[in-house]
Amino acid sequence: MSNTNTTDERDLGQAGEQLSTAPREEPTATLPSMGVIGWARWFWRQLTSMRVALILLFLLSLGAVPGSLIPQNSVDELKVQTFKEAHTTVSPVYEKLQFFDVYSSVWFSAIYILLFVSLIGCIVPRTWQFVGQLRGRPPGAPRKLTRLPAYTTWRTDAEPERVREVAHSLLRRRRFRSHVVGDAVAAEKGYLRETGNLLFHIALIVMLIAFAGGQLFKSEGGKLIVEGDGFANTITQYDDFKSGSLFDDDDLAPFSFDLQDFVGTYERNGPQRGTPRTYEARVTYAEGADGETKKKVIEVNKPLVVDGTKVYLNAHGYAPVISVKDGKGKEVYRSAVPLLPIDNNVTSTGAIKVMDGYKDKNGKKSQLGFQAFFVPTFAGDGQGTMFSQYPGLDYPVLALNGYYGSLGVDSGLPQNVYQLDTSKMKEFKDSNGDKLKKRLRPGETMKLPDGAGSITFESVEEWASFQITRQPASGWALTGAVAAIIGLAGSLFIQRRRVWVRAVRGADGVTVVEMAGLGRSESAKLPEELTGLAIALHDEAPTASGPDPDHRPDQPSEEPAEGAEK
Amino acid sequence: MNLAAATNENLANISNTLIYSSMAVYTLAFFAHIAEWVFGSRSKVGRTAAALNKDSATDPAVKAQAAEKGGTAVLERPQVVTRSAAGSRDVPDGPGAAGGTFKGDLWGRIAVSLTVVAFAVQAAGVVARALSVQRAPWGNMYEFSITFSTVAVGAYLILLALRKNVRWIGLMLVTTVLLDLGIATTTLYTDSDQLVPALHSYWLWIHVSTAIICGAVFYLGAVGTLLYLFRDSYENKIASGGTPGKFATSVMERLPAAKSLDTFSYRINAAVFPLWTFTIIAGAIWAGDAWGRYWGWDPKEVWSFITWVAYAAYLHARATAGWKGRKAAYLALVAFGCWLFNYYGVNIFVTGKHSYAGV
Repeated sequence: MSNTNTTDERDLGQAGEQLSTAPREEPTATLPSMGVIGWARWFWRQLTSMRVALILLFLLSLGAVPGSLIPQNSVDELKVQTFKEAHTTVSPVYEKLQFFDVYSSVWFSAIYILLFVSLIGCIVPRTWQFVGQLRGRPPGAPRKLTRLPAYTTWRTDAEPERVREVAHSLLRRRRFRSHVVGDAVAAEKGYLRETGNLLFHIALIVMLIAFAGGQLFKSEGGKLIVEGDGFANTITQYDDFKSGSLFDDDDLAPFSFDLQDFVGTYERNGPQRGTPRTYEARVTYAEGADGETKKKVIEVNKPLVVDGTKVYLNAHGYAPVISVKDGKGKEVYRSAVPLLPIDNNVTSTGAIKVMDGYKDKNGKKSQLGFQAFFVPTFAGDGQGTMFSQYPGLDYPVLALNGYYGSLGVDSGLPQNVYQLDTSKMKEFKDSNGDKLKKRLRPGETMKLPDGAGSITFESVEEWASFQITRQPASGWALTGAVAAIIGLAGSLFIQRRRVWVRAVRGADGVTVVEMAGLGRSESAKLPEELTGLAIALHDEAPTASGPDPDHRPDQPSEEPAEGAEK
Repeated sequence: MNLAAATNENLANISNTLIYSSMAVYTLAFFAHIAEWVFGSRSKVGRTAAALNKDSATDPAVKAQAAEKGGTAVLERPQVVTRSAAGSRDVPDGPGAAGGTFKGDLWGRIAVSLTVVAFAVQAAGVVARALSVQRAPWGNMYEFSITFSTVAVGAYLILLALRKNVRWIGLMLVTTVLLDLGIATTTLYTDSDQLVPALHSYWLWIHVSTAIICGAVFYLGAVGTLLYLFRDSYENKIASGGTPGKFATSVMERLPAAKSLDTFSYRINAAVFPLWTFTIIAGAIWAGDAWGRYWGWDPKEVWSFITWVAYAAYLHARATAGWKGRKAAYLALVAFGCWLFNYYGVNIFVTGKHSYAGV
């Protein structure tokens, strides 16, 4: 009895074989017995096993966690610095563990590279196996169809050959791959499940390669532009510039653009007063060295795209236009000076540096520096605050105090344009000997003491800063992503199943039809589909009118199929 | 301008009233469900135990779906017989919270009807909110939360309308919805307002709506998984000859069989997983337009990724020997935990590029 059972199991195993190409489970306890090759094979088998893939998936998600909780260099270097200063004990440990660069760290890379090697080691054999299945035919019917998950049988007067023929064409009409093997029709459907599965996993590899390639060849830089000024896409024009390790200067797309106008509007009323509503940078741009000029409005979600390079609107602020006259009344400086916002209402600070051309009352060459504090909407005199009340230009006020002497720019060291180095400068004093400072409205002038000249707050311009990025292969990443979704849907929503129809002449000369279905997973759809098929076939081969020798479909003990086989 | 503002304010107030009203109706539905469970506990059926004990005595591997027919009757149409895979327990589903009692069933029906009413009121509240701000109502956590529970209840009602056996979710769902709305209206509440420029994009409709649907449906899957774990240990205990506590028996025997719960949560999770993948990709495309890079390891991105990997691990585990069943179920719960953290945790404790108007 047990002997028959094991034969049956093998029989059923063959029927269900290759219904999927999922890797077979290997017992973990089998340790290799010999040599380097043995170990290598063992390692490879472990790596490509589902269990290790699961562990790697788990490690991948676990490994991603610290990067979301600890500031990352790739996201915000300033934050990393602040964190390091605040946590002096853990920072060195974090540094060693590469916790500030999690996503480019050795251990995180190791996890995903192992995972992808495991993935490739899994899908390459699966693809070959699947190609083999596509070229082959569905396996023949197992002997005991009664043991399959869905089963039905009836007796008919139609000839067995006729039943098989009808079943074959019926299954073909329903887009099964079907063929007649011996006394039965074997059919299979749902190959797209495996196709989807393989497509999904291949698409993941495409996405990874596209992402990695994009990181290696990318370039990204920032540029601050005052209304009326422009930018041409060469490295020297950038304020700051970062690039991937395989980036080449010639990769920069040749184009240029000018910022004509920046428009920002803000909520006027309510608790969210001052919250930005629109930011628009109106630009004209030209493709190539001397292409024709076109117009474009760059918004936060709408970058300018030129030849694969995208120009994003990043930030904005105000640039007061300043003019400076020397002691003789000659204008020695006129420029819009961009100031950096320090709060949400665009209270801004910065420095005005008059480097060349200024001579003091004695005709001696000197340099001037001013610390500038600007608010677009001043609270009003006596309100006790110098901070801006609203981000729009309702009541612009510029507060200045000045220095003379050497700005220290000739030393050759790079200097922050927004800060004044006053170590070699002297402060201007008013007649009382106090620090000279004044709040100016547009058009107002502050006289410098002792005939040293004057400084005028002419008007206010706005500036916008742009991020100019080029990330190659993003098209590939998108293609991979779309393919991944399609593949995933196919592999999860399509059922792969087999149907067998056996028709044999019974001992009493009446044909016995048996139908059975087998799916990869137990699904309510399989019996439903089998019922539909059975009804259709039953129409062509109706139940015999003769007496049924106490036939009961739920009695596996009755084995017409086995009897007929002999 | 002022007139328009007044209408909007009005609509926002109407929306708030509707949300509070829906909470009141959900509370009634909650008590109706409680009544359903209480009355249902009076039926002493002991089905599971009986089935499992029979299990150990005879070989019940074959179960006939169709009614048995007479020995000599002529077949009208072929009857399909199903059998479950070898080694799996063949326990019938419990009768549901009502336990087959008339009173319990009546209260259950009342609870479902109340849930339908509450859902309609809540959905109207979300729509009113959308009209008051004249955009998709997903600009902040309050709006996200009220939409989230509306969608979860909607998904539950759709499953009910499709005549799926899901009424057992009712009590847990209504409880969670009340909790969600409670948090939304108290700590997360934000006055209706327009969006910051970064959210001005049609991707808001695509990316955020799919994120909400995924979360809501993942939630249903997680409830199924949690109950699966309870019911599975209950069945294990009986199968190994133990007797679970009286209360546990009363509750557990009315739930669907562990196998049905497991299948339910698998189908739910597998159906939503491609949509979650789409959500992340849509977010990446939007990020490409808004921030200049499609993937930058922003905390929200990281946690979406972690959630995705966790669900991927769950789907793989279900197909791996040694991981099927309880271990896979734990993975599913961890995955949903990641989703929750991505929503509440990342918004509240971590600052990143997804921080907008008031939380």
